[in-house]
Amino acid sequence: MPANPTQHPFSKRPSRRRQVESIVTIFFRLTTYLIILSAGYIFANIVYNGSKAVFTTQAPFINIDFLTQKPQTLHVYEPREVYTEIEATKVEILKLKTQRRELGSNDKSTAKTLSTSIEALESKVDALDVERKAGRLMYSDSEYRELDSTPSETNFVYNNYAYSGGGIGPAIIGTCLLVAGSISIALTLGVLCAVYLSEYSRPGRTLQLIRLSILNLSGVPSIVFGLFGFGMFVLFFGWGVSMLAGWLTLAIMALPVIITASEESMRAIPKGFREGSLALGASKWTTIRTNVLPYALPGILTSSIMGIARVAGETAPIMFTAAFALRDQLPWEGLAKPTDFFFQGVMALPYHIYVVSSKIPQNEYTRNMQYGAAFVFLFIVGFFALSSIILRVKIRKKYSW
Amino acid sequence: MAQISTSTPTPVNSTNSHKPIIEIRNFDFAYGDSQALFNVNMDIKEKEVTAFIGPSGCGKSTFLRCFNRMNDLIDIARIKAGEIKISGVNIYDEEVDVIELRKHVGMVFQKSNPFPKSIYENIAYGLRIQGIKNKNTIDQVVEECLRSAALWDEVKDRLNESALGMSGGQQQRLCIARALAVRPKILLMDEPCSALDPIATAKVEELIHELKKEYTIIIVTHSMQQAARVSDRTAFFYLGKLIEFGNTDQIFMNPKDPQTEAYVSGRFG
Repeated sequence: MPANPTQHPFSKRPSRRRQVESIVTIFFRLTTYLIILSAGYIFANIVYNGSKAVFTTQAPFINIDFLTQKPQTLHVYEPREVYTEIEATKVEILKLKTQRRELGSNDKSTAKTLSTSIEALESKVDALDVERKAGRLMYSDSEYRELDSTPSETNFVYNNYAYSGGGIGPAIIGTCLLVAGSISIALTLGVLCAVYLSEYSRPGRTLQLIRLSILNLSGVPSIVFGLFGFGMFVLFFGWGVSMLAGWLTLAIMALPVIITASEESMRAIPKGFREGSLALGASKWTTIRTNVLPYALPGILTSSIMGIARVAGETAPIMFTAAFALRDQLPWEGLAKPTDFFFQGVMALPYHIYVVSSKIPQNEYTRNMQYGAAFVFLFIVGFFALSSIILRVKIRKKYSW
Repeated sequence: MAQISTSTPTPVNSTNSHKPIIEIRNFDFAYGDSQALFNVNMDIKEKEVTAFIGPSGCGKSTFLRCFNRMNDLIDIARIKAGEIKISGVNIYDEEVDVIELRKHVGMVFQKSNPFPKSIYENIAYGLRIQGIKNKNTIDQVVEECLRSAALWDEVKDRLNESALGMSGGQQQRLCIARALAVRPKILLMDEPCSALDPIATAKVEELIHELKKEYTIIIVTHSMQQAARVSDRTAFFYLGKLIEFGNTDQIFMNPKDPQTEAYVSGRFG
């Protein structure tokens, strides 16, 4: 082979293998970017639309009413003249569009004139819309009742929209209560089970069976959990639609995730800690309590984050067991005796979003409420997760090994 | 610069200048179906250093862990026959409380395992689990143990720092101090210097020399030279059987059994 100074055995030559490598790398990268972009778009969409409901232009910049009031009917008065004009223009646009469609593909110039007039009319509608929004009056139920006199029928067109006024206060409180209660129950039960599985159990058929059952539990669809909770807690125990039923149903949903992650974090603790402690004359439980569990806490808290993620967003389990579509009183109002607190139903954010999105007709007012609720919901779940993370970081510093 | 220990152990009379504190009779031990120890018979005298030597897999660590019943942690490990009596009590008797036994017989492991707590808390751990809360008592015991372990001068300013920040040799000495805190009579050491450099090893060996005035020490070691330096009596194990047991001088200079002689002169192992 002629010795070419630039061609040595290790020189890069264009080859099929290198082409394939670079294509595959680009493909992986593109897929990842696609996923990140989609996620970013979803978040951005919710944040953008939700901020319209949650943030206001004046101090304190947050729409406190939205966050604290009950959902109410929205009474909207739109200026009659503008309203009728918009309706007329819209009818006009529709007529022209039908004309353009019937023309077919032959008459290009008429189609073009029609298009321009349609565009002109549409921009007119946009301008009128701005006027309409400026001149309209919106009242939630409480404000409506306080009005001395309703605006006159001659000047305004009246419409009311269910669930579009007021706020989502009780739903926020209900979701927080449901998440806090169910995660507490799930963490307690889950950690106890994880300690048993990792410290006390002997390898064998029984252990395999237990692990298989836990794994299966994590694959059950959430609606089945809802039905189970309904049949067991609501009907059989006779609790009715109650927070306690919701807590237990959600806790069972979060259990597999918490058990698996907690057990992994306990197994990661080196055997030397246990042996050293036992050799000093500690009992098994003392060893676990003082020398194993504290160091497994960061892992257990991570498992709680995963549990929260699983539990907070589910509608199906709470639909039949704990959630009301609308409830007048806050959970701590109107209790005959203290234990009634646990046996009442609550409003919940995911269920509220479901109600507002599917049970009532859609329009710009309900969209406001939906996105606002979604935004607040994301924020709450993020807040729970963030506090868990912060707690985990602090404990990791304290018990690092 | 630490001195490499050059002291030789004081020659021990074979007549009982010390009483036997551990008596092992016809001891058989197995892991599941495979037997690890065959018919071991020996007496370990108190306030002496006894070394177990032998090639890998001969059962010396297993035997050591029998004295404080650490083998109970392994499901398939079981005693097949015989008994071990410590201070006259058969420790495999059903009436024996394992926790009290482990306070009586302390252990130092091959890989030093200080807890990821502060140095103070490491030593206080043994006391706290017994329910001792008095800060003065604990302070006193911590200082005593650290002095016994020849660690006090090095760490007295940083008792509240993490134990994991110490060097390997210091960590092992901390583990020894921690084992001393519960006041055992017998100290078991499973290859304590195998992970340490020569200077740290020398310090630990000096420590053993000091400690034997108060404690009975049983040390398992892979290094024959260490056994020769440190121990008063030596037991040679091979494939689960106790081949020879006697004064260290005699084992190394005048072994009776040909297998012992082969091992000690380095022909196998």
